[in-house]
Amino acid sequence: MPATHVTDTRSSLFRFASPASFFPLAAALARWCGLAAVVLLCAGFYIGFFVAPTDAQQGESYRIIFIHVPAAWMSMFIYVVMAFWAAAGLIFRTRLSGMMAVALAPTGALFTFLALWTGALWGKPTWGTWWVWDARLTSELILLFLYFGFMALHAATEDVRRADKAAAVLALTGLVNIPVIYFSVKWWNTLHQGASISFTSAPTMAGSMFAGMMLVALAFWMYSIAAACLRVRSIILARERGSAWVAAYLRGQA
Amino acid sequence: MSWGSVGEFLHMGGYGLYVWGSYSVTLVALALEAWALLRRERTTVQRLRLETGRAR
Repeated sequence: MPATHVTDTRSSLFRFASPASFFPLAAALARWCGLAAVVLLCAGFYIGFFVAPTDAQQGESYRIIFIHVPAAWMSMFIYVVMAFWAAAGLIFRTRLSGMMAVALAPTGALFTFLALWTGALWGKPTWGTWWVWDARLTSELILLFLYFGFMALHAATEDVRRADKAAAVLALTGLVNIPVIYFSVKWWNTLHQGASISFTSAPTMAGSMFAGMMLVALAFWMYSIAAACLRVRSIILARERGSAWVAAYLRGQA
Repeated sequence: MSWGSVGEFLHMGGYGLYVWGSYSVTLVALALEAWALLRRERTTVQRLRLETGRAR
């Protein structure tokens, strides 16, 4: 029967938008992405320390790049994904969207902190200072405050659906900061160097350096998926605790 | 490979403090978050089990 077939396809596509269906999938994703993150991180660090050559200008201090650049990418990318879920929650009013946005924020803040931390440790030997108020560093610090603001606003709002909405508006407003971070090194005269990798030209660094950086970037992707999935499971349980399926799940966890 | 010995590797051409300061904090931060998240799921399940047990 063609009609039923169409309905089945639709329901299977939207099935994972419901917290009850996503809950077990999140556990599987967390497990496998977490495992992939460990393997990729080991491979990336191995290449970073034992295959990539010493930098002619910066010596060994440049090896911070294998964390710094992937962490900075991740800090921006997680924000965009968080804003996407926030927007989806505002437009489609799906319950899972707000939960995903909340689940991503702390991991995004963590990568923002790591980008700033490793940047300071790289800045000291290369620029002679831990910190400067230049456009790239300042906009990245604003990103950290946007994550904190999102989490604080959500936590401070009693009603969870209203909290989702208020935090979503904040997340979407802060989205304007992402191109500012990305293009800051072009728009302003910054102490921070330009992009190491560009979409329009071939990488200017050694192939092994590029490979190491990409492996760590992939590892951070996998880690972020795993962390967000793990965190959203606790959020789902807490928010859906009145439902029959959560009660059944809790009984099964004896 | 750029290293002749373990000591040379740890020394990082004089940049040991900066390089290891970056790698150690990153690894500790990620491990701590993962540990906290696994713990959070366990405590959430325990807390909700207690709550629903009382409600019944």
